[in-house]
Formats: sequence, structure tokens, C-alpha cells
Amino acid sequence: MSLIHIAWRNFCHRALSSFLTTFSLALGVGLVVLVLSVYGVISEAFTRNASVGYNLVVGPKGSPLQLTLNSVFYLSQPIENLPYTEYMEFLPQAERATMVSRFGGDPELAKRDGRYAPFVAGGFAIPLALGDYFGEFRVVGTTPAFFKELKHGPNVDEDFTFRSGRALQDFSTENGYFEAVVGARVAKQMNVTLGEKFYPTHGDPTGHGHELGFTIVGILDPTGTPNDRAAFVNLEGFYLMDGHAKPVETDAESDNDSEDVLDEAIDAEEASDAEEANEGQPESDPNTNTEASANNGVRLIQSDITPEQANNLTDEKQSDEYRLLSIPEREVTSVLIRNGNIMFAPGMQNAINEGIRSQAVAPIGEINKLMNLIVGPLLTALLAITVITCAVAAVGILVSIYNSMNDRRKDIAVMRALGARRTTVTAIIVFESFQVALIGTILGWILAHAAIVMYSGQIEDQTGVQVGFFTTSNYEILVLPLVLALALIAALLPAWSAYRTDVGSNLSA
Amino acid sequence: MTQLLEIKDLLKSFAQPGGGNLAVLDIPQFQIAEGEQVALIGQSGGGKTTLLHLIAGLLVPDIGSIRIGGVEITRLSEQGRDRFRAETIGYVFQTFNLLPAFTALENVRLGMTFGSGKHKHERAADLLAHVGLKDRLNYRPKQLSVGQQQRVAIARALAGRPKLLLADEPTANVDPNSAESVLDLIRGTCREEKVSLLTVTHDMQIASSFDRLETLDEINQVTHANASAS
Repeated sequence: MSLIHIAWRNFCHRALSSFLTTFSLALGVGLVVLVLSVYGVISEAFTRNASVGYNLVVGPKGSPLQLTLNSVFYLSQPIENLPYTEYMEFLPQAERATMVSRFGGDPELAKRDGRYAPFVAGGFAIPLALGDYFGEFRVVGTTPAFFKELKHGPNVDEDFTFRSGRALQDFSTENGYFEAVVGARVAKQMNVTLGEKFYPTHGDPTGHGHELGFTIVGILDPTGTPNDRAAFVNLEGFYLMDGHAKPVETDAESDNDSEDVLDEAIDAEEASDAEEANEGQPESDPNTNTEASANNGVRLIQSDITPEQANNLTDEKQSDEYRLLSIPEREVTSVLIRNGNIMFAPGMQNAINEGIRSQAVAPIGEINKLMNLIVGPLLTALLAITVITCAVAAVGILVSIYNSMNDRRKDIAVMRALGARRTTVTAIIVFESFQVALIGTILGWILAHAAIVMYSGQIEDQTGVQVGFFTTSNYEILVLPLVLALALIAALLPAWSAYRTDVGSNLSA
Repeated sequence: MTQLLEIKDLLKSFAQPGGGNLAVLDIPQFQIAEGEQVALIGQSGGGKTTLLHLIAGLLVPDIGSIRIGGVEITRLSEQGRDRFRAETIGYVFQTFNLLPAFTALENVRLGMTFGSGKHKHERAADLLAHVGLKDRLNYRPKQLSVGQQQRVAIARALAGRPKLLLADEPTANVDPNSAESVLDLIRGTCREEKVSLLTVTHDMQIASSFDRLETLDEINQVTHANASAS
């Protein structure tokens, strides 16, 4: 008969006490595994969020973290806006010329490449405009390129797929510029379906509603990224909403405007910088990013329209009856950049950050900082608490086995009389402790994972991370050795008591 | 006849709580031959159980020699005595001392667990069948009668094929009707297995049926009067 079998018999003999001790340990282990799993889910969610498909976010000067929060996670408030011309600095001359032609603006803009265009060549620059809400979710004004160019997933190679509908179009005969695509969570929580129209609110979730509505033409599949929590609208439609046009003053009005003087100074500096930068920059490819030049021929209506008129126009669904904003009237909150050659990213980032108006941040770096600075310590604290819980459960093992020693001294003496060595009876006690630890750990693991499976639907909805019963985090493999080590420590005192048991006096008792 | 157990000039005393030592045993010579069955009688508190513990190697004498099968066990380390005990000595207790967590079969198997491990597990079932408990193999001690428990204890003591069986008042807790059968079982089994037997008892009728009857007062030079005075 093996010593493990003897230990198991002792475990079974004190069934209630063994069960309570084991269950207490199981709860402790379950808590640890649960925290580790949550940690794993959060880590994966962060990893997914870091797999954004672009390597830089460009926005106004300010907090890099805030820029990341509002442009990547659609959280917090935007810092400020950038002039549309900042976005145009990432575009080649042909595309800029198309914009000038289409929207109206300074003809000089059409004559040169954007100063950062050579850095971006082969990649993309996607503008974002934030500020409105659909319920509690951010409304993100962007271009169709968002769904065409951006990838997601662990390897950043997955295209956006649609549960139903399609991506935004630059302009559609059905909905004009007023199309929207909503993330999976938005669709579920706001209970919207294809063809429904929503009216964004301005500034915050309880702000006043715009009078122009957007028709939902697509509902995204869950991606496990913040995009699940956003409602994407056509950037042109976003600009057409009341209050979204930047006021443009006439020359006479702006003569004494100090802000315009600053803008002119910045523009002059940047134009100078652009010439210098272009000298040492990679050659731009004239064939790259010229898609916009083949854009639909939208006729610009120069006269202003009221929101009521715009709303009526929307219903009429006539493309040529909208007045698209001119370039000076346009602003973007940020620009998502993917460099065609990643080697150019640091140089471009430095060049942007040396400027007065913009900053470029690497979102992965900011996400990792956020993870390390805020989420990491929080989870570490949680983990510490749960490890203490485990230690308390280990003390429970100690108390349980030690209390049983008084009843078992005679059994130990009998085994010694049958030839068992002191080390043998000591080992039996340690095995008993290990059995409690092993069963408690397995039971705790099962309880924790059962709980996770019960909430897997909600976890996937909230984070996009799919979890199953056997989904484990890397840290979970450490739980069993840790608990066995605690069990060994807990067994030391009763094992020592067993070792010192006097045979003669206990046999006679 | 070859001697299995040879005790010479054995002295055992215990430390007193108030200081000094209390001499319990002083045995100049005591022997048991191979296959011999000896009954040892004596008064309660006279040192009978202490003598059994010394022979089993559970206690160490102050001075003197205990040789079993030619092995001087007083010179063995504690681990050596444990191993020697597991392979050479069987022990039947007055209170049976079956482990309550184990079945009858497991209790018997426990008797061969700590030895060399060369015995087949089937022997445990065979022994229980031999003592009349073939249909009680998986019963727990508390599910067995007192007599049945003592039979299990006998089977356990013989499981490791010992050369010497020590029985400490094996019939003291058994009703008179069962006592004779228990004793017959011990003696018969020892005879079949060629095991020497040293039985401690205070029942003169039982003791008189053995090959040899020894009185502790005769072999032990420590009298109760001496012990009290020490």
C-alpha cells in the first residue's frame, strides 16, 4: 500500500473536516484564478486595442495619453482640433489638389506635396472628427478609408467584417453624406438595426441633439477593439451638422485677429520646414494615394443652408444640393497614420513633435504605459489580496491537520510499531496536505472557469475577448506550485508533531 | 534448539519527573527458541509491555544485549530498528489498534507496507480468510465485532512473515468465549507459519497451555519494592 493511498484514506476518514478545508482552499484558489483570468482578459483586450492597425496618432499638442484615449479608445475629451490643412500635410500633391478643387480653399495648397507625405507613402492617413455622441457612445466622423485600410486582430491582419450591411461610402444616392456604421456593442446596447436613423447629440451624451440624422448602413462584427463602442459617420456628413464648421472670417475682419496672425506665423514656419524636410525625405510616389483624384464629381454649393434646409435636403437624397465645407472651415480631431515604411515613423514623429501645433504619439507605447501605470498596479494589488486569501486557506490546512493530530497519535504509533519510520509518517502528513492542496486547486480552478464561462458572453461583449472553459492565462500555471508550496509550509508543523510522536506512550494509551 | 531471541544483562529504567531514575527491568538472561511459544505472566505495571517494546526495538535498553535471529538490535540505528521490526517482528496489541480509516484488508496490508515489500498483496486476503474473515475484507473496524477486530489484528501482525510474534494480552478485551478461539488462532497460525511467539498475559489458565511459561518476577531482578525505592 503506497503512502499516498494511506494519506488518501486519512483524508477520506475525516471527510467533513477535509471537505471544509479543501473547499475553503478551493474558494481562495478560485479567487486567484479568477483574478488571473480577468488579468489575462484585460491584457488581451489591451493587446487587441494595441493592435490598432496604425502606428501613429497625430493630434494637437497636449497630453499624449489624452490623445490616445480619445482617438484610440474613444474615451475622455478631445484636446482640441487641428486645421484640415494639418491632415492634408500627410497627403500627396494630387490628392491635395483634388481636395482644393472639391472643397475650395487656398490654391497654393494644391501645388505641393504635404510635408509628411513622403513619410506616409505606401501607408495611409485617416482623419477622425470627434465631439458628438450616440447615447453614451462616441460618434466618429471619418472617411471610408477607415474600413478599407485599417486591420485588427492579434496579427493586425483582419479586415472589418459586417454582421449586416456595408461600410460607409463617400457618397451614396440613398443617404447622401449621412451614412453611419455602428460597432457591435453600440448596435446591441442601442438596439438599432440597418436602415434606422439616429441623431447625434453635441458635446456629451446629454447634449442637445443635432437636427441632421445618419442612416445606419452597416453593423460591424465584434472586433474586441474600441471600435465596437463607436458609431462611425461620414466625415462630410459630420461637417454638415450645425456647429461643426469652423467660423471663417473675411480678410477685413481678421486684420486685427491675433489668432490668425499666429496661424500665419505657424503656416510660414511650416512651409519653410516643409521645404527643408522635403530635401532629406524619401521620394513621394506619384501613383500612391491618388484614389481621391478619381472621386465623384460633387458640385459645391457655395450658399449657406440652414439645418432645416439640410434636413430636407437629406430626405431628398440629392447629392448636388449639399454645401460641403471649404478647407478653412474644416477641422479634424486627429489623424491615424500608418507609414508605408515603418522606418520613416521615428523621423516623422520627431518632425511633427518639433512643430508648434501638432504632436504625434505611438499608441502602443501609450497603451502600454496606461497598462503599466494604472491597470498593472491595480491588478497587482488584487493579486496580492488573493494570494493572501490563499495563504489564509493554507493556514486552514495547517489548523485542520494539526487539530487532527491529537486523534491520530495512536494511529501514528501503531504504524511506527508496524515498522514505519519517523520520516514515513512525516511524509504521510505532507501527502495529506498536498492532497488537500491538489484537490482544492483543481476544484478552485473549475469553479473559477465555470464562473468565467457563465459570463463569457458579457466578457466578449465588453472586451471582444472570447473566453472558454479551458482558456487559461499564462500565470495560472504558477498557481498549483504556489499552493503546493503553501501546503508544504502548512504541513511542516503537524508533520513535525507526527515525527516526534512517542510510540510507547501512545500505544499504551 | 536454535535460539531466536537472546536477552542478556538487560537493564531499563525511566527518568522520574522529580529527578533520578526508576529501574523497571533487570533481566540477566532470557531466551526463546525458534518456533517456541512462550507465555509471560506478571503483575500489572511490572514491566511486561516495556519488555515487549524493548524486544520490538521501540525502546532502547540502558545497557544489555537483545539479539534476534543473530542481529544485535541495540546496536542498530533507529531507522535500522524500524526496518528490522517491519521485517522480523509482528505485534498484536491488547486493544487491537486497527486503524479506523482503513478496511480490514487494508489494515492487514498495512502490516506488509513498511517492510521489504516482497510480499504479495494476495497474502492479506489469504490471511483474513485463514482467520475466518473472508467475507469481511472491506469492512471497517467499527463494523466488526471485538473478536473479529482481534482476528484482523492477528492477520496484520503475521502479514509481513515475522520470525517473532509479540502479543500483548491479546485476549484481555475479548469475551471469555472468544478468548480461547483467538488464542488458538494465534498459536495455530504461528505454528503453521513457523513463527516464535511471546505472549504476555495475566491469565494463568491461558498461560499454562503454552510450550513454556515464564513469570516476569522470576526473570526480572527488579522487584516492585526495589522499583519503588529507586
